[in-house]
Amino acid sequence: MLIGRIIGDVVATQKAPSHEGRKILVVQPVNLDGTDRGVPVLALDAVGAGVGERVLLTTEGFSAMTAVGRPNSPIDAAVIGVIDSVDLHGNE
Amino acid sequence: MLLGRVIGNVVCTMKDASLVGQKLLIVQPLDRKGRDQGRPIVALDSVGAGAGETIYWCRGKEASFPFLPAEPPTEATIVGIVDSVNIPESGSS
Repeated sequence: MLIGRIIGDVVATQKAPSHEGRKILVVQPVNLDGTDRGVPVLALDAVGAGVGERVLLTTEGFSAMTAVGRPNSPIDAAVIGVIDSVDLHGNE
Repeated sequence: MLLGRVIGNVVCTMKDASLVGQKLLIVQPLDRKGRDQGRPIVALDSVGAGAGETIYWCRGKEASFPFLPAEPPTEATIVGIVDSVNIPESGSS
């Protein structure tokens, strides 16, 4: 899983039927210091997250489609948690 | 999934039997501002996408799921045609 920040969303009328009824979020993966890590990905929302929130992102198909509750569907990324805090033990 | 734009297509006469009748499109991945990002890839189409359209596509084994019960050998499939991308400026650093 990755830590990411939701930077927007996407509207698509014509799409895989299994994506109906789920928000398509644009998530920028981030490093532990909050800087961008690679390019943004589109992830389906499994928890009711919103723009600006720091979230837990899974980028593996099985866990993503399981979280969204749509088995055997073309989903390779999902937002599976809204992060309250991250503690790094080495920085205490 | 990732954003992309359809920039071309590929025609194959000899191909895996499960690819017969499927459209092969060339997709240019895009960044958050709609600019080209990285190198183009070939993707199957499951939603009727056409030239120049902004789409989003799925990677990995999941890319074959729109075609169930057939399981074509694809690792990239277009799964949606994008109407709009909403990224507030405050959300992008």
